[in-house]
This record gives sequence, C-alpha cells and structure tokens, in this order.
Amino acid sequence: MTVSDEEDIIIDVKGLHTAFGDHVIHDKLDLQVKRGEVLGIVGGSGTGKSVLLRTILGLKKPEAGQIKVFGIDFETLSADERRHQEQRWGVLFQEGALFSALTVAENVQVPYREHLQMNDMLMGELAGVKIAMVGLRAEAAKLYPSELSGGMKKRAGLARALAQDPEILFLDEPTAGLDPIGAAAFDELINDLTKTLGLTVFMVTHDLDTLYATCDRIAVLAEQRVMLIGTMKDMLASNHPWIRSYFHGPRARAAVPTV
Amino acid sequence: MTEAVFRLEAQGAILRLRAEGDWSTSQVAGIDMALRAVGTDPKGEARDVVFDLTGVTRLDTSGAFVLQRTSAALKAQGLRTRYEGLQTAHRLMLDKIAALEIFSAPRTKRRPASITVVERIGATVVLFGREGLIVLSFLGEVVSALGEVVRNPRKLRVVPLIHHMEKAGFDALPLICLLTFLIGAVIAQQGATQLKQFGADVYTVNLISIIFLREVGVLLTAIIVAGRSGSAYTAEIGSMKMREEIDAMRTLGLDPMQMLIVPRVLALVIVLPLLTFVADIMGLIGGGVVALTQLGMAPAVYIDRVRDAAWFWTFGVGILRAPFMALAIALVSCRAGLDVTGSAESVGSQTTRSVVLSIFLVIVLDAMFAMFFTAVGL
Repeated sequence: MTVSDEEDIIIDVKGLHTAFGDHVIHDKLDLQVKRGEVLGIVGGSGTGKSVLLRTILGLKKPEAGQIKVFGIDFETLSADERRHQEQRWGVLFQEGALFSALTVAENVQVPYREHLQMNDMLMGELAGVKIAMVGLRAEAAKLYPSELSGGMKKRAGLARALAQDPEILFLDEPTAGLDPIGAAAFDELINDLTKTLGLTVFMVTHDLDTLYATCDRIAVLAEQRVMLIGTMKDMLASNHPWIRSYFHGPRARAAVPTV
Repeated sequence: MTEAVFRLEAQGAILRLRAEGDWSTSQVAGIDMALRAVGTDPKGEARDVVFDLTGVTRLDTSGAFVLQRTSAALKAQGLRTRYEGLQTAHRLMLDKIAALEIFSAPRTKRRPASITVVERIGATVVLFGREGLIVLSFLGEVVSALGEVVRNPRKLRVVPLIHHMEKAGFDALPLICLLTFLIGAVIAQQGATQLKQFGADVYTVNLISIIFLREVGVLLTAIIVAGRSGSAYTAEIGSMKMREEIDAMRTLGLDPMQMLIVPRVLALVIVLPLLTFVADIMGLIGGGVVALTQLGMAPAVYIDRVRDAAWFWTFGVGILRAPFMALAIALVSCRAGLDVTGSAESVGSQTTRSVVLSIFLVIVLDAMFAMFFTAVGL
C-alpha cells in the first residue's frame, strides 16, 4: 500500500513482533489505518487479533517493532504525556468491562471525574448525552452492570468509550454474544456514530454481517502477519484458501447482500 | 487545544453569541456556568438569539450539547434561536444532539437529609428483622436436608464432608493452638499478679481452669472459626453463585443443598467441639507454663490443682455450646454466600456481613448459655 499523505495515517504499525515465551504471535507485521476509516480485523482463533489490539493500546509490550498512533510512538512518551494522549482514544472491551461497583452513569463519568475539572451537573448531563447516543434509555443510567443484559452492557461500554469524544474507537468483538437483531442494531449504531462523530474505528470481529455492514476495509491476520488488507471486493477476489473459505463458506453466503 | 470562549453582543432585539475556540469535552467545563447563566437570564430586550459559530475550530458532542441546552432553555422562555457560520460537520453534530430529546427530562428533587437519615434507620431495622427470618427459614431448610440424609444415608457426600473437616478443622489447628496457648498464658500471668496482692496466687490455677474451660476456650475458637472458615464459606459459595455454577447444578439434577451446604454445616458442627477441646488443653498448658515459671509450681502439682478446681461439668458447660455456635456460623455464612448477586463487589460485602453477623451471634449465644447454665446451677 502506498501512502501519498503521511497525515492520513492515524495508526502505523511497522515490523511488529510479539510473542508469549516461545510462542510467536506476530512476526514482522505491518498495518496502517487511515484517518476516518472503519477497519475490520479478521482471522482464525489464535491468530492474535486481540493481541494486536492490546499491543496497539500498550497493554502488551511487543518484542520488537514500532507502533505509532496519531503519529506518536507511545513508548517514547512520559507517563503523564501518555495518559494525556490516551484520552484521545476509546476502547470497548468484549464484555464491556464496566466497573461493577459503579452505575452506568458513573461509569461514563469516570474519565470526566479523573481528567477534567467539571462540575457535577455538567458531568451528569454529558453522561446522559452519551447514554442516549448509544441508544440506552435514561432509566438505564442508574443501573449497575450486573443488572444489564449483554447488549445493554455493550452499549454502556460504548458510551464510556465515547465519553471524551475520542478520535479512534477500538472495538473488540462488538457484536459477539448479541442476537441477530441486537447485532444489526449495533452495526447501525456504529455506522451512525462514525459518520456524525468522524471516528476512526479499529474493530476486531468474527461477524461477517458486521464486516459487510460497517467496514471500509478489512485486514486478514494469518501466518503471523497481515495476509491481505483491502475492501470486501478484494477479499472475495482472493485465492488464498483460508480467505476463500472464510468469505465463501456457507455462513458467508448467507451474509452477502443479494445483488 | 485552544480554549473555548464566547462573547455576547446585543444588537437591539438580537442577541449574538459569538463562540470561538475548541468547543470540546475538555474545554466546555470552563464556560459551562457562564453559558447556563445566559440560558436562564438573557440580558436586554432580545427576542432573537443568534449562535455564531464562525470562530469555532472544533465542535464535539459536549460542545454541541451545551449549545443545544442553552438554545432549549432560551426557547422555553419564548425566544427564537438560530445558528450561523456552521460547517457541515457542526450541523450534523448539532442535529444529532437535538435528535436525542434529552432536554425535557425533569430533574428529580433531592430530599432533605433529616428524612434520608430516618429512612435509612428504618430500612436497616426492617433489613435486620428480615435477615433473622431468612436465617431461620434457612435453618429449616438445612434441618430438612439433614433429615433426608438421616433417612437415606447414601445421600451424604462423604468426600466433601471430610474435605471441609480438614480445611475447617485440621488446617486451623496451628492457629488455634498458638492463640489459645498465648491467651491462657496471659490470663494466668495477669491473674497471678493480681491475686498475689492477697497472697492468693495459688488460686491462679482455679481462675485459669474455670475461665478457660467454661468460657474463653469455646468463645475464642468459635470466633477464630467464624473469621477463618465462615468467611471462606461465604466467598466460595458466593463466587459459585456469581458464575452461575449453582444454577448449573440445579439443571443437572444436583441438589446444591446436599452438595454444598450440608457437608459444610456438618463439618463445622463436628469440628468445632474437637477444636474447642484442643483449645481448652492448650489454654491450660499456657496457664501451666506461667504457673511453672512465675509461681514455681511443679507440673504434677498444677495438674492436681486443676483436678481439684474443675470437674466434668466445668468442661461440659463449655464444650456443649460448640455445636450450636458452629451451626450459627455455618448457617449465616452459607446463607450469605447464596445471597450473592452478580457483581464481584457483592462477594466482598456478603463476606463482611457473614463474619460480622456470625461473630455477633456467637457472642449472643455464649451469653445466653452462660445465663442458662448458671441458672440451672452447673
């Protein structure tokens, strides 16, 4: 992939090498994410999709390679600067990862309380905006995570991820565990939010419907690197056996919109 | 990041609000109060308010929200509002926020503190009463489960029973031995010092044997067991409940009562009297060591004097309480475990509750037994 304008690359991974002990996950992996796009990461189980996400977020240290987000190598930052930059992204973990001791509204307010000098009234109002934006009813704000259904947890997690209006949104299997209607609604929500908020989305997913519905580009992880990156058309045209069976399998055929 | 600012310009019937800078989440806090003031009390004779966003470099959902909130507040007072100098992205953002319809939500009023205090006291009293009933009904359930075991002994889970006896009993031995030895020694030493003033220091042996066999041995053991095993029961059962393991048991046709509760209750009822016996012995040994070192009393003399001071029922009065205390600890802690709800925090709070309540019950039981035995003359 050639890049004409350096500014357009918001996440730049070069020569990434990660391993757990002797078990190599990624070897010389390169990946570039453009500002404003929705990128889906697919790959078989154990190919390191989530590890890649965690490595970009700095939750796992790579053995070698360089990762630049917003054009900054986070490894070189001081702890304070790093915390400051981290406010520019939002993460939705697979199970929502809501703080169980706090209500939904308090969960959304955590970043405000921690990073900004904000009065309580405004915090409550802004949390209300985020909760309404992800399609939760206002009554849900007072509930604790244990009182929420799986789909509501994901929406609440998304509300927290969006709390500070991030530039990049990381999603780890956003539709896993949702029923088809809930998953479709979530896809629509992500589409809607990326359009109005101008987000860049980095999404790990297994859901072919989500790939069709939301992603501008798809990156296939296999053999410890990015095997192929491109649009859905490129995926369907590929002759690689794994990519063929993934995008042409029985479940894939059902997901392809009838032309 | 440039600071978000705004200026107000009154032009006859038109009030112009010129916004400048980054109207983003990190910036709006600074202008929030000033903007609220505009919303509630627009100065002058304005009929129209114009939000001029020409100078805005960045507008995110928070910025858009405070603008729309101000606009809604002004509209509610019969003023007309409109936006000028909007970029397409800004327009999208403002429309998105307006579509949420979050401005009409009525604010719930806070009640005065005096009422809240009374309410909390009342709620706690009700909760306490309800708790008593719950433990009582749980006692019934356990007794009926035990009855089933008696009728059909093959239902008894022997392996878990032995396992819990080992964990609650055998593994607790070092701690109980050490603590009761030390307490026995301390009581004897303090007693000897005080009694010496009357020249009655030989009666230290009477003091230590009666107080330890009747009261301290069983009370100390029960409190240690409540803290050690009671909390473990609550945490174990609670985390099983949290992970839906107990529901899984039911669906597999296993009775959690027989699988989890009965072995634990039985184990504690069997083990606590045994531990109390060990505790009594260790306490007497502790007293003996002090008698030897401080009073120069030979071990054979000490044993002789203990035999004079105490008879069977001195010991019996103490150890008889043990199974009842064990039952109270086991019931409270198992019940608290079953009351755990979804969150991890609930396991923590239930464990605290179970330890506090079981120690409380142990002491209440001890007092009631002490009064009873004194009344019947033992």
